[in-house]
Amino acid sequence: MTKEDKIEVEGKILESLPNAMFRVQIPGEKVILAHISGKMRVHYIKILPGDTVKVELSPYDLTRGRIVYRER
Amino acid sequence: MTSRCAQIEIKGASELACMRRAGSVVAETLRALSKAVRPGISTLELDRIAGEEIRKRGAKPAFLGYRGYPAVLCASVNEEVIHGIPSKTRVLKEGDIIGFDLGAVVDGFYGDSALTVAVGPVSKEAEKLLRVTREALERAVEQVRPGSRIGDIGAAVQRHAEENGCSVVREFVGHGIGRALHEEPAVPNFGKAGTGARLVAGMVLAIEPMVNAGGPEVRVLPDGWTAVTADGRLSAHFEHTVAVTENGAEILTA
Repeated sequence: MTKEDKIEVEGKILESLPNAMFRVQIPGEKVILAHISGKMRVHYIKILPGDTVKVELSPYDLTRGRIVYRER
Repeated sequence: MTSRCAQIEIKGASELACMRRAGSVVAETLRALSKAVRPGISTLELDRIAGEEIRKRGAKPAFLGYRGYPAVLCASVNEEVIHGIPSKTRVLKEGDIIGFDLGAVVDGFYGDSALTVAVGPVSKEAEKLLRVTREALERAVEQVRPGSRIGDIGAAVQRHAEENGCSVVREFVGHGIGRALHEEPAVPNFGKAGTGARLVAGMVLAIEPMVNAGGPEVRVLPDGWTAVTADGRLSAHFEHTVAVTENGAEILTA
């Protein structure tokens, strides 16, 4: 995925699933499956349901994403 | 860390009256659309009819231009789950099932409803899917009363669909509705009973079960809007805008 293709959206964590996957609500009535990014794993950043996070989506599959940032 | 809790808006009596008006516009437009459905008609033509019906009742279409959506109506045929964009080339034929989803705004308040209809005679599988999805919405509305929880609604939909051999779509959820088309809370069509926010009189929710004949996986087409079942099997969608009242639920889009 190149730098030009990705779509960044803000979402809210709905529930946490096994293997550091999360169900995230995206603006509009959309819910996606997202995984935690490697950078966040390395720095031991935890994510809980209810958090607002930034998610990267690929234009090739709008129902899967990567969580890249947890808002304060 | 400041906590940013989103609040669910409670509507008072006068606001509910406005929402009833918006709801009845949507309901009447959907009825007119079902009457207009016949083999040979294009979804673009149905979109035009929808726009006409909404405007002639003094309301504005809610979907047109919303987040870039290009039409008044979502017309989703057969394996299309939701957000099908009406087009001149999509022509209905006998045996199809078509899902209409539309929203209208009256005086700043929104109504959102959907139904799936059969075009002429359809297969037994399609009839069963329509019946199960319609019943799932009824089960969901039965759960709506002050004191019950959001999870009860989703659990009821999921249980009914799965008991009948169908599956529930995870990627799209119901939502609160009021002065905006989509408000807090999210109302998933799956979940565990007894979880989620507690319902209070004055809340207005758009409950929209999406049920697939096959598996629950869905993919979005390159147009960025239309969602189709991953396995290509049929999907149905019914929706009502429901207000929580002291005595239970009031369907605003009956």
